[in-house]
Amino acid sequence: MRSADNAAPAETTSSPQPDRHPAPERVSPRERRVPYPLVLALLGAALAAAVVIGLAVGSVSLLPSDVAAVLVSRVFPGWIDPGWPTAYETIVLDVRLPRVLLAGVVGAGLSAVGTALQALVRNPLADPYLLGISSGASLGAVAVLVSGATLFGAFATPMVGAFAGSVATLIAVHALAGSGGRITTTRLVLAGVAVSYVLSALADLLLSTAADPHLLSSIRFWTLGSVAGAEWETLPVPVTVVLAGLAGLLWQARSLNLLFAGEEAAGTLGLDVSRFRTGMFVLVSLMTGVMVAVSGSIGFVGLMVPHAVRMLVGADHRRVLPAAALLGATFLVLADLAARTVAAPQEVQIGVLTALCGGPFFVWLLRRQAHRERGDR
Amino acid sequence: MSHHEVRPAELELRDVSRTAGGREVLSGVSLTAAPGEVVGVVGPNGAGKSTLLRTAYRYLRPASGQVLVDGTDVFRMPRRVLARRLAALPQELPAEFELTAYDVVEMGRAPHRRGLGGDRLGDERIVTVSLEMVEMAELARRPFGQLSGGEKQRVLIARALAQEPGVLILDEPTNHLDMRHQFDVLALVRRLGVTTLAALHDLNLAARFCDRMCVLVAGGVAAIGTPAEVLTESLLSEVYGVHAEVGAHPRTGIPTVFFGN
Repeated sequence: MRSADNAAPAETTSSPQPDRHPAPERVSPRERRVPYPLVLALLGAALAAAVVIGLAVGSVSLLPSDVAAVLVSRVFPGWIDPGWPTAYETIVLDVRLPRVLLAGVVGAGLSAVGTALQALVRNPLADPYLLGISSGASLGAVAVLVSGATLFGAFATPMVGAFAGSVATLIAVHALAGSGGRITTTRLVLAGVAVSYVLSALADLLLSTAADPHLLSSIRFWTLGSVAGAEWETLPVPVTVVLAGLAGLLWQARSLNLLFAGEEAAGTLGLDVSRFRTGMFVLVSLMTGVMVAVSGSIGFVGLMVPHAVRMLVGADHRRVLPAAALLGATFLVLADLAARTVAAPQEVQIGVLTALCGGPFFVWLLRRQAHRERGDR
Repeated sequence: MSHHEVRPAELELRDVSRTAGGREVLSGVSLTAAPGEVVGVVGPNGAGKSTLLRTAYRYLRPASGQVLVDGTDVFRMPRRVLARRLAALPQELPAEFELTAYDVVEMGRAPHRRGLGGDRLGDERIVTVSLEMVEMAELARRPFGQLSGGEKQRVLIARALAQEPGVLILDEPTNHLDMRHQFDVLALVRRLGVTTLAALHDLNLAARFCDRMCVLVAGGVAAIGTPAEVLTESLLSEVYGVHAEVGAHPRTGIPTVFFGN
């Protein structure tokens, strides 16, 4: 009996073993998925269409062809005879375009930040809103606005406050969720929710002490997420920060991939994990802070978009990040369109709409994740 | 397999000590694995096997002593340079993010590349060859999370192979595997020709696949040598507190532990 363990002739083990799986067809590594350039092209086209529709629809409805003509004539003057009323140009270029651009940039940025955060905490349920980072940024912005302080000029003040708030929150949530060992979904979500509530309460407390009722109502609106305040003058900073941030994340895409391997394994694959993570936390907080300062807390975009994109193009960040930016931009441009139109002439906050889509999605993801954590390791 | 050039390196642990929480977890461990040698680390739970391996792949810094790969202190090498010479399999599984087996193995190319650029075709070839070496090429596109324990372990070994290392460090590579896959994984490691340091639980498997065994007890080396030198009845009763007989395997002659009582 006891020698049976060793009775198998050792030499046979090195011969190829029969495959337990059916259909062992040879699949080349890049097959089976929609070709990546095609995915990018389709997403790009979808974004362009969303932008044109976003510019056409509103209190005054324009034809998409007129919108396209106005845009083309602005980029290439003299190509097209301006056969439209000059009011069209004002509506498209001065009123609607900044808003559509801001929605697109914030959508791209939130999606990229969500993608990176999910890798950083190694958990697919991460999102700047769910982790409380947006609340931290809001609190930071509210705190400096209410205090009346001015940091780096009146315009930059809320951004500086929001950045400080988001860095502090991200560090706190990460420490709470993962003190030692692995960050489980439960701990991450609980830490995020708890921190988020405390910070929102603090922000409300600060607001209730604010003297200026006008400031109060504008901040209340903004904390729920809206791109209604977009103007050409306020665009350059968020556009620059989000685009530069995207480039930075893309540059580090391979290292983000390594985080999937786990902390120790990533180290043995040549990554200085703690240094990399710190750098990424700062970058992600900067992007979140600036976005929250201009558009408030828009939740769930950073959760939904990366998931949809991974299903399309796989997990490699070199492929996920550009696609997520395009899809996120498209999504938020359309969400803003809905925010402007569903209850017209009243405006709905865009954050309300993304939460309406994102909440059920989150529940679905949570159930799937819980199932996986219970199942085989 | 011709693309994979194995250049086994020498791994030396020189008088390595480490304390954690005021307790000495490793005390003056010295151990050398010659190029191409497979050395098994055995010992009871809590003896410091994982700590020893973690210092060897420079996750933990020793309080004193050195870890040398081909004579160079691993803590003086840039991480990426080390990752091209030394690969490790911690007891850690990749997160599930729609990662395919191919994606996991491709991580092994990271220390050879920077930024977005790189020799994409060359990488693809090395990843494919690595998957072939562990007989997982057919399942390259399968989600990693859906593989069996043995398949996951083989994919992780392929990831290490894609690093083209000279030294391989394995922390309990046969954990959670059934007997057949335990055997397969170790037979694979044996065939690679890479210098290997592996923590193992099963003494008979260790004796079957290792050139030498190092018995770790309470952070110190209790015995080191060939399986025949190390596996003695007195050592088993001293280290594990069990009474067992050691005999030669009837066909291979490899020392084998028989548990009596």
